[in-house]
Amino acid sequence: MSYVWTLAEQSHGRLRDVSFELLSRGRILADKLDTKLCSLLLSSGLADETLRELIHRGADEVYMVDDPRLDKFVVETHSNVLADLVRRYKPHTILAAATSTGRTLMPHVAIKVTAGLTADCTELDIEEGTRLLLQTRPAIGGNIMATIKSPHHWPQMATVRPKSSRPLALDTTRVGNITRIAMQDVHHDARVKVLGLRPYEEGLAGIEEADVVVAGGKGMKKADNFSMLRDLAKQLGGVIGGTRDAVDRGWLSYPHQIGLSGKTISPKLYMCAGVSGSIQHLAGIKTSEYIVAINQDPDANIFQVADFGIVGNLFEVVPLINAKLEAYKKEDK
Amino acid sequence: MNIIIPIKQVPETSDVKMDKETGTMIREGVVSIINPLDLYAIEAGLLLKEQHGGSVTVCTMGPPAAAKALKEAIAMGCDEAVLFTDKRFAGADTWATSYTLAAAIKQVGAFDLIITGERATDGDTGQVGPGIAAWLNLPLATYVSRIESLNAGRIVVERLVEEGYQALDLPLPALLTVVKAVSSPRLPTLRGKKKARAYNLRTLAAVDLPVEDAKIGLKGSPTKVVKIDYPKVTRGGVMVKAVGEEGLNNAVDSLLDFLKDKKLV
Repeated sequence: MSYVWTLAEQSHGRLRDVSFELLSRGRILADKLDTKLCSLLLSSGLADETLRELIHRGADEVYMVDDPRLDKFVVETHSNVLADLVRRYKPHTILAAATSTGRTLMPHVAIKVTAGLTADCTELDIEEGTRLLLQTRPAIGGNIMATIKSPHHWPQMATVRPKSSRPLALDTTRVGNITRIAMQDVHHDARVKVLGLRPYEEGLAGIEEADVVVAGGKGMKKADNFSMLRDLAKQLGGVIGGTRDAVDRGWLSYPHQIGLSGKTISPKLYMCAGVSGSIQHLAGIKTSEYIVAINQDPDANIFQVADFGIVGNLFEVVPLINAKLEAYKKEDK
Repeated sequence: MNIIIPIKQVPETSDVKMDKETGTMIREGVVSIINPLDLYAIEAGLLLKEQHGGSVTVCTMGPPAAAKALKEAIAMGCDEAVLFTDKRFAGADTWATSYTLAAAIKQVGAFDLIITGERATDGDTGQVGPGIAAWLNLPLATYVSRIESLNAGRIVVERLVEEGYQALDLPLPALLTVVKAVSSPRLPTLRGKKKARAYNLRTLAAVDLPVEDAKIGLKGSPTKVVKIDYPKVTRGGVMVKAVGEEGLNNAVDSLLDFLKDKKLV
């Protein structure tokens, strides 16, 4: 059928934002290819009303492989199911989010179906004439942008960096079929058992999917000082992150770490205090839409990538930002 | 408990400087090191060996110079090292790399566990670990942040996902890709360095492996790089100085104006 597929993700019965971000990417590609855009979900228990949002946000059709054994992500089973669908329906392109799920499932499936796969793309396009997917991604710590294609292998496969595109506006006039597909027993791989999920402490979940990330580095001096950054994050509706230094000193736990040995993020706003801007840290934040930095050292690397920089004592600057933001919100009401 | 740890040699990035004029990375004189994220895999393997016995074999696909990375791993305490090197392996993407490594690992010997780093700091894909698991049909846990227990032929791990730590129970043999939180890598010891110097590593070429020529190297790679751009990463933003009470006040006011202007508040 040569459609464009995007892989939706759910969490606790709700579709995750990345599902909609992928549809805005997929919509452009499907229109260029003059084909249909299908959103595919491997899960269970989601009602049609919930799935319809995928149509309202750009999908022409929704396919859901509906089975309780797909409820929790186990790569072996999900990969069997997806590879089988690929062989049966022969999509032109499959896009998944570059989440822990997408970055585990897609390479697994790419081997099974003998397809090329490009990781963590930030730009996608269709090459005129060949109709191949042009996949552009940062590499070597974001210092180069590589454009990659798979000339002879199908489907075209890519994972896409979360937050690197915005969902389309809700259009409730859009209509499309929602088809439920039964999972075949032979695809169930029972070797790996999911024992449970220990949730993160509050305010951390999904640092890669947050619109605003407020981060601290070595310049924060001690763990207690992060409370002012937590206040700032709260004011901005964001989450807390930190540099490798901040994590290695025990001021924050590892899931907060941003940079080469931690998370790569692309928020609307990245604001940091006491962060010098090592190459490794910058690798994790370069595709942020806006970067704001507060640092005492006017020569700090971070200012090279900042859209707005304040040279000053963060222990004076941050509390004043918090106070002024609070005042601004009050007068706004 | 036989553990195999595939590693990669990458350019050292910590001493990389940015060219202020062009805003790009200065790449001259950059040395090669073990992919920093592979050190966590090596340490995790060494700890498991210390607790459960067995051996740790480190391996890599790369040019002859990659022997240096393998010797460093020996110096850290790994028992054996194998280099898969052949001009015909060159230019492999993640599909062809995982195909070659899977075939080569089978050739190296019986194993209970394969541990890889989450991704390499140069290619940054994280696709080779899951790819090897797919080729060898091994149970897979990615983003492992803690190894909880290992007994009766099963391993229990925690992996980092978006909502928290997911606990998985896998039968051996299995493949884990690990993140930094899993271990604190040790430094090579003097004795280890001495051992590494004397160590003769095993080398395997394409003819030694059960691989099809059409599936290895550049020729066997579905993906092709069509263009490389060196983006300007410097943004040339506004910079204000918060000096003195008035300066501080003005600086914060202009930041608020910036945030309002960009609709961030």
